[in-house]
Amino acid sequence: MSLEIKTNVIKPRRQTYDHIAKRLGADKAATRYQEGTWDLQPTENFHYRPTWDPSRALYDKSLTAIKMEDWYTFNDPRQLYYGTYTMARHKMMEAEESHFKFIDKSNMMATMSAPWQQKVKEFLLPLRHFEWGANMNNCDFSDKAYGTAISQVGLFSAMDRLAMAQIISRVGLLLDDNSGESLDQAKVDWMESDLWQGVRRMVEDSFVVKDWFELLIAQNLCMDGVVFPLFYQYFEEVGNQNGGAPMSMLNEFMQDWGKDEKRWLDHLLKVTAAESPENAALMSQWISTWTDRAIEAFTPIAGHVLGDEAANVMASIREEITKRSKKSGIEI
Amino acid sequence: MSRIVSITLQNNDDARPIIEAIEADNPDATVNIYPAMVKIDCAGRLIVKQETVEEIIGREWDVQELHLSIVSLAGNVDEEDNYFELKWNF
Repeated sequence: MSLEIKTNVIKPRRQTYDHIAKRLGADKAATRYQEGTWDLQPTENFHYRPTWDPSRALYDKSLTAIKMEDWYTFNDPRQLYYGTYTMARHKMMEAEESHFKFIDKSNMMATMSAPWQQKVKEFLLPLRHFEWGANMNNCDFSDKAYGTAISQVGLFSAMDRLAMAQIISRVGLLLDDNSGESLDQAKVDWMESDLWQGVRRMVEDSFVVKDWFELLIAQNLCMDGVVFPLFYQYFEEVGNQNGGAPMSMLNEFMQDWGKDEKRWLDHLLKVTAAESPENAALMSQWISTWTDRAIEAFTPIAGHVLGDEAANVMASIREEITKRSKKSGIEI
Repeated sequence: MSRIVSITLQNNDDARPIIEAIEADNPDATVNIYPAMVKIDCAGRLIVKQETVEEIIGREWDVQELHLSIVSLAGNVDEEDNYFELKWNF
C-alpha cells in the first residue's frame, strides 16, 4: 500500500484588521507593533466632554500648537508596545539588579574615596526628585497627546522615570547602610541648597506648561539633554579618578535609557518638523528657551563637581542639543 | 545556470521581518508560503544581512537569532557577525 502525504494550503481570509490594511496599503501581515498602535485611540462618537475639564475633548488635537495631518506619521523606531516594552525593560533591570547585588556582596562602595562618596550624595541623590518631576511631566504629555503612537511612548518613559528615581534611592541606601539618612539629606538639599534651587524652579515651572508638545521638548530634549550626559558621562569620568567604579556599574541603566530615549525623541522631532515650517519654527523657539534654562539651572551643580571644566562641558552639552535639533531639521 | 540554494523559516512574528529582509536583499529570490512555514529559493546565493533586519525590527539583532526560526536549509553556510550567506562551494 502506498501512502501519499498531501499538504492542504488554507489561505486565511484576511491577514490583518481593515484599519491596519488601510495604512499598509494592502492586506498583508502586520507587525504586533502596528496592530497594537495604529488607530487604537478612539476618534468618534464621544457624546460628552470630560466632566473634569469641559473645555477639552477627551482626545483633543488642539491641546498643542503643533499641527499634524496624521498623528500616526510618527512611529516608535524601537517598535515598543506593552509586551516588548516590558521585556526590554526587564532585561535592562535584570542587569541592574545583578550590579546592585554584586556591589552589595563585595562591599564595593567602600572602594570609593570618602570625599567622592560625599560628592555622590550631593549631586546624584537629589536628582531623584528631578526624576519624579520628569515622571509627572511625561504622564502629563501622555495624557494630553493625540494618538496611541505618541501617548504610549510618553507613558513608557513616565514609568521608567520612577524606575530611575528608585535606582538613585537605592544608591543612597547603599551609601548610608540602609539608614535612609542620605535620602533625607538629599531632600533637604533639593529644597534648600543653592546648588539645586535653579533646577527645582525649572522643574516646578514646567509642571504648569500647558502645551504638551512644549512640555515634551522642555523635559525630554532640553532637561534630559543636559542631565544624561552631565550626570552619567562627565560626572562619571571625574568619579573614575576617585575609585568610582561601582557608580559606573550602577549608572548603566540610566546610560542605556538615555540612548533609548534619543532614538524615539529625535525621530519624533524629525517627523514633526518635516510636516510644516510652522511646526519647525515653534519647536525651534521652545528648544532655545528651554535649553537656555536647563543649561543655566544645572550650571551650579556642574561647577560643584567639575570645577573649572564646567563651562567647557556645559558648552559642549549645549552644542550637542543644537546638533541633534539640526539633524532633525530644526534650526536654533 | 547556477544551482538553487534555499532556506525555510517558520511563518511567525519572529521570522516575518527576516523574510522581509531576505526579499529586500535578494531580488531574485522566490518566496513560497506554506502552512506554518516559508521556503525561500534563490539561484546561486542567498544572503541575510544583520543591518537590514535591524532596520526593520528597530532593535539590535544577533545573526544567530536566525537559527531559532530556521526549519531547513540547502547550501553551504557562510556565517559572520553581520551576515548569514548560503551558496554552493563547487
